[in-house]
Amino acid sequence: MVSQKESDMGKIAITCQSPDLDAQMDSRFGRCAGFLIVDPDTMKFEYLENGQAQVMAQGAGIQAAETVARSGAKTVLTGYVGPKAFAALSGAGIQIGQNVENVTARQAVELFKAGKVEISSAPNSSGHAGGGGGRRGGGRI
Amino acid sequence: MKLAVASGKGGTGKTTVSASLVSVWKDPVIAVDLDVEEPNLHLFLHPEITGRRIAGLEVPQLDASKCTYCGKCSELCQFKAISLMGEVVLTFPEMCHGCGGCIAICPEKALSPGVRELGEMEWGSAGKAGFLMGRLRVGEAMSPPLMRQVKEKLGKMTAEKNADAIIDAPPGVSCPAVNAVMDADFILLVTEPTPFGTYDLQLAHEAFQPLSIPMAVVVNRAGMGNDAVYDYCRSAGLEIFAEIPYERSIAEAYSQGRVIAETSLEMGKLFADLAEKIRSAVPESLYIMAAIKEVRHA
Amino acid sequence: MPEVLVISGKGGTGKTSLTAAFAHLASDHVICDLDVDAPDLHLILRPDQTVSQDFFSGYEASVIKDKCESCGVCTEMCRFGAVSDAPVPEINPLKCEGCKVCVAFCPANAIAFEQKHCGQWYLSETRFGPMVHARLFPGEENSGKLVTLLKQQAKELAEKQGRSLILSDGPPGIGCPVISSLSGASLVVAVTEPTPSGLHDLERVIELCACFRLPAGVIVNKSDLNENISGQIRDFCREKGLAMLGSLPHDPVVTKAMVQAQAVTEYCDSGFSDEIRKIWAAIVKLI
Repeated sequence: MVSQKESDMGKIAITCQSPDLDAQMDSRFGRCAGFLIVDPDTMKFEYLENGQAQVMAQGAGIQAAETVARSGAKTVLTGYVGPKAFAALSGAGIQIGQNVENVTARQAVELFKAGKVEISSAPNSSGHAGGGGGRRGGGRI
Repeated sequence: MKLAVASGKGGTGKTTVSASLVSVWKDPVIAVDLDVEEPNLHLFLHPEITGRRIAGLEVPQLDASKCTYCGKCSELCQFKAISLMGEVVLTFPEMCHGCGGCIAICPEKALSPGVRELGEMEWGSAGKAGFLMGRLRVGEAMSPPLMRQVKEKLGKMTAEKNADAIIDAPPGVSCPAVNAVMDADFILLVTEPTPFGTYDLQLAHEAFQPLSIPMAVVVNRAGMGNDAVYDYCRSAGLEIFAEIPYERSIAEAYSQGRVIAETSLEMGKLFADLAEKIRSAVPESLYIMAAIKEVRHA
Repeated sequence: MPEVLVISGKGGTGKTSLTAAFAHLASDHVICDLDVDAPDLHLILRPDQTVSQDFFSGYEASVIKDKCESCGVCTEMCRFGAVSDAPVPEINPLKCEGCKVCVAFCPANAIAFEQKHCGQWYLSETRFGPMVHARLFPGEENSGKLVTLLKQQAKELAEKQGRSLILSDGPPGIGCPVISSLSGASLVVAVTEPTPSGLHDLERVIELCACFRLPAGVIVNKSDLNENISGQIRDFCREKGLAMLGSLPHDPVVTKAMVQAQAVTEYCDSGFSDEIRKIWAAIVKLI
């Protein structure tokens, strides 16, 4: 699924409000407007809408995580990730940079490349459906 | 017959009225608390609990060795309780509504039924009445599946004892409240003569009207606010079956966990009359027919 | 954005009357009614709607009669008892949970699956400041999505207008809508009354707050109805390390103000209103 041409760093998914690298990013994960999937080497990007997650009564975070996983991104940069989305992203082997706020998508990538984004090991938002995350059913061996 | 005691607004005296009706009910009756988020009826009836069981919901369990990551389960699930993330399948049991779709659709039979705890059910007796309640686990979000199980148990209990049922319904007018009253033969709406009480009575009346179940009103704390509730009942064709006066002594008795019908002769008579009115408002043939229909469906 | 959420577990403790008074006393805030099932705050605040939007949530299945081949699969597979077993089955919208199982397994593709219009939500102006509120249609599922939407709208509005506080009237109970309303709150104010139900429901609501590690304070309304239970509530607060924000007597002035569609603190300047002012000052200190 993941193309071999990508750099070691892998593509980065950034939560955004509009398909523009220089616009303010969206600090929400599950209910963000969309994702910019950026190649950090070339800064080329594609835009994925998150509309499907936004119309959901529940599970928007999990839906958004599926969208990111399908895009082939290896890293997510965002503001807040709830426990279920966190479990879903980690389950898919995607690393999560949280607490990235009040910057543009381009600045977020620069911060990440400079090693200034901390990769989290736990969700930083209690989420609204509470409780724990997912149960890993196991991956392909 | 099944009587549901409901109210749009919380705190109007729904539980007080339920407990009092149970205490004056002449025929065999089972008192049921379907307000599973905040059950309170037991605080007034002090039942002796003779049985109890955990109420669970069927959720999927994955055998990863059989999974081929086809994604059919994740595609069907409307609640994101099972998710294909690249080459990993994750389950989120707390999101699951227990529809069984993923287990049925899996071509590899990699999913089997597991259980999530919703809460518990308790039953027993309160004086000569039977008693049944559901209690949602704190942190559990979904009350309707627990309510369904309590209603199933109620069906068995009423059939066994050939008893009537008095249901203390949850407040509000959204799906738990409608679910609690939808199988009843009669709905008693408890309100108070205040702007909040009147508005919420109107919401409840509108919500329950499509069910075509006969309804009447009890005005609690009569004399406290204004006359709007009477105007509304008149214009909506809702009959007022009883008025419980606004008296500090009643509020105090309630605060001591006492059943109002047992506090004075006057109150005892008020509730006995109310029970009689409800009885005669539901022709016996009607609820016997409903019961027969239910048995056929079961 | 700081958010004060007023909840009660049990209904009828005076939560909305107190929230209305706080809305009167607070400054620089956005008001948000999260009790979308049976909202009452608007009866006091009398909002002028500036924006009204449709709210869609979830899906609902319905049988397309011309296509149905009466095979009975849908009836058999529905776990919610929502599909009747008549020759041509009918789906009871009140029982349908929108799980899509009948749609997926119908061999004749005879079941439609459409988004449900579940209610309306509003942005309004009131004499106490801007207000975000909603109305769920009767019998609809109160999944928490509408609550989440209102909270987001309130936050966006507060940011846009440079306001510094969100004051929310929460739903009753401890289920999904309450869980959603707790998300992101800075302080939970639980309003209770000294009755067996009041204490019982307070304990459950506080346990829920503890699940989310949210700071909570308690107000005992109608405290003189039963001094014994009022004492138990104070003990409970001490034991759990909860802020005791204050006690209020059982006073008909609350109903009198409600009948006039006024906040209690607007209606009179008496002792009762003074007590509410003290409580509000205690809340402000905790934010």
